[in-house]
Amino acid sequence: MGVFGSTRLPGIGTKTQPETAHHGHSVSDAADDAAARGAEPAPAVDMSVDLAGAVLPSPMMTASGCAANGKELHRFFDVTELGAFVTKSVMAQPRSGRGTPRMAETSSGMLNSIGLQGPGIRAFVENDLPWLKKAGARAMVSIAGSTSGEFADVAATLRASDAFDAVVGVEVNISCPNVANRGLVFACDPHASAKVVALVREQLPRDIPIFAKLTPDVTDLVTIAQAAVKAGADGLTMINTLLGMVIDTDLLRPQLGGVTGGLSGPAVRPVAVRAVWQVRAAMLQGRLPFVPIVGVGGVRTGRDALELVAAGASAVQVGTATFNDPTAPVRVGRELRELLHDKGFARFTDVVGIAHERVG
Amino acid sequence: MSTTAARPGAGVVQVTGELIATRRVGAYHHLTFVAPGLAEHARPGQFVAVAVGGPTSANLLRRCFSIHRVSPSGTYGGTVDVVVAAHGPGTEWLTGLRAHDEVDIVGPLGRPFPLPKEPVPTILVGGGYGSAPLFWLAEALRERGCRVEMVLGAATESRLFGVVEARRCADGVTITTDDGSLGHRGWVSDVLPELIRSTGAGVVYGCGPMGMLRSITEVATAEGAVAQVAVEESMACGVGVCMTCVMPVRGNDGVTRMVRSCVEGPVFRGDRVRWESFENGYCTVPADALGAPKEGGH
Repeated sequence: MGVFGSTRLPGIGTKTQPETAHHGHSVSDAADDAAARGAEPAPAVDMSVDLAGAVLPSPMMTASGCAANGKELHRFFDVTELGAFVTKSVMAQPRSGRGTPRMAETSSGMLNSIGLQGPGIRAFVENDLPWLKKAGARAMVSIAGSTSGEFADVAATLRASDAFDAVVGVEVNISCPNVANRGLVFACDPHASAKVVALVREQLPRDIPIFAKLTPDVTDLVTIAQAAVKAGADGLTMINTLLGMVIDTDLLRPQLGGVTGGLSGPAVRPVAVRAVWQVRAAMLQGRLPFVPIVGVGGVRTGRDALELVAAGASAVQVGTATFNDPTAPVRVGRELRELLHDKGFARFTDVVGIAHERVG
Repeated sequence: MSTTAARPGAGVVQVTGELIATRRVGAYHHLTFVAPGLAEHARPGQFVAVAVGGPTSANLLRRCFSIHRVSPSGTYGGTVDVVVAAHGPGTEWLTGLRAHDEVDIVGPLGRPFPLPKEPVPTILVGGGYGSAPLFWLAEALRERGCRVEMVLGAATESRLFGVVEARRCADGVTITTDDGSLGHRGWVSDVLPELIRSTGAGVVYGCGPMGMLRSITEVATAEGAVAQVAVEESMACGVGVCMTCVMPVRGNDGVTRMVRSCVEGPVFRGDRVRWESFENGYCTVPADALGAPKEGGH
């Protein structure tokens, strides 16, 4: 259980004043090691995290749909530097996605209307997953479906695949806004969310945690989170994009071929912080069990990541910022580690949810 | 200037490039950046993806430009040149930069123009500043013994790019403008059929707006030549992760897929592109494409 299995409640009883004394020694050790290698000293902060059984050396991840399936970003950084590489949501069959334009830049963000383009799970387990395994990556595989049965089929094919041992977790994308029928966004309905999660949970071994990815485009996010956890989600990923729209003012028509799209980027970060906060607060109130939250939404810097962590996220995904800087997922991790070191924290996990202790 | 990311063997770098020259050329701006490590890998037809507005910019998406030319070693180290038309906040920021300002550059990206194995006659067609990569391509082709004709077309004279440079690096140059302000009055497709016939061109290279690339392809195919075209699709990342720059292209197996123009392009064989899918600023997914939407859409 790791983070959530300690003798104290997570985030409760952690130091309200940052402790600075005892890790000074290890910092200088690290500095000596680094000096011997002629490299920059890395601050000695324990960044490891246990996400419902997935033990990761770093809380940093790519965000699904913002990183393809590994090869592209491996040109810019070693994908093993991440805690986990989150793949693009894969469905049962190959899928072309939507026509173009699929993208509209907005202030501090963008709309996308990709429409879950992907190779289908069979090609994924034949090509993409073995590549990630060979690269040494810890894969968090994002799966999607048009029906709850499709989610289950995708999970079953994944489990039966040769490279399944590279998988550290499965993210269940029940919240993609780019679907033809808005009524089919599972994560807008607690019963639909629960059904998908339960069917996926049945298909995967107990030691593979599943994370339900939620949308903030709902009236009561906690209700959806409760339903997902009750149905067997080992963790929650928050947030998916928000449904948005841009009008091309020259042509006076929707800018996206798909009319509406998902809003992402720094513009949505306050929504992500709020979502993580609300669900973490509900856990602290005993309204749902403690499960790890993977925070995602508008993270561009270490300071952005720290906001999500302080609100209650045990891991952080970097999405749209990767388009601006292909090294963003690892750069943000370095910045976060330096920030924690500067603030005197010895362990990343000591900061998870800390803002809840400091209200008012 | 520093290399912020470059893994061994990746063939691509991310560098902080210092602007060392910026000048107006007609309706465009020609920018030269010091970009260590980029020039060595680059070939004609490839592009760079440039971050705009600085580290806290509200414009997150990279702007992609064909490489106009590179110089692997000079006074300042390797440099890369691009041609920019200011038509939005990102390109306006770029054209407003002054010497010694720094810009984050990723490149070279994408697949270059394939060069013929035999010294066949070639025609290079550029629409507006789409001509930017063609001069460098012309030099590479002539080094292989290929005859190079260039056709530059634009709406009006100020929107042509590289007329003088074309006369220097091609065996023959034809100019067309919609308004007749320079050269032949009309479109590049008006002069292309006769030029293919008179030169016996085996390959027609093109770079410019989609409509022009389509007509180049149609003319080349009708005259028995192969079209190799570099497309201008809007991209958010340039490195293959955002999936926004896709277009329908038929593969070697005959199957049409929505492929990323940043990694599988930007150069495509013209006769592989499903041009009929582009209309009125939209591109729809052909019904026979792999995984095409069924009833109700994606």
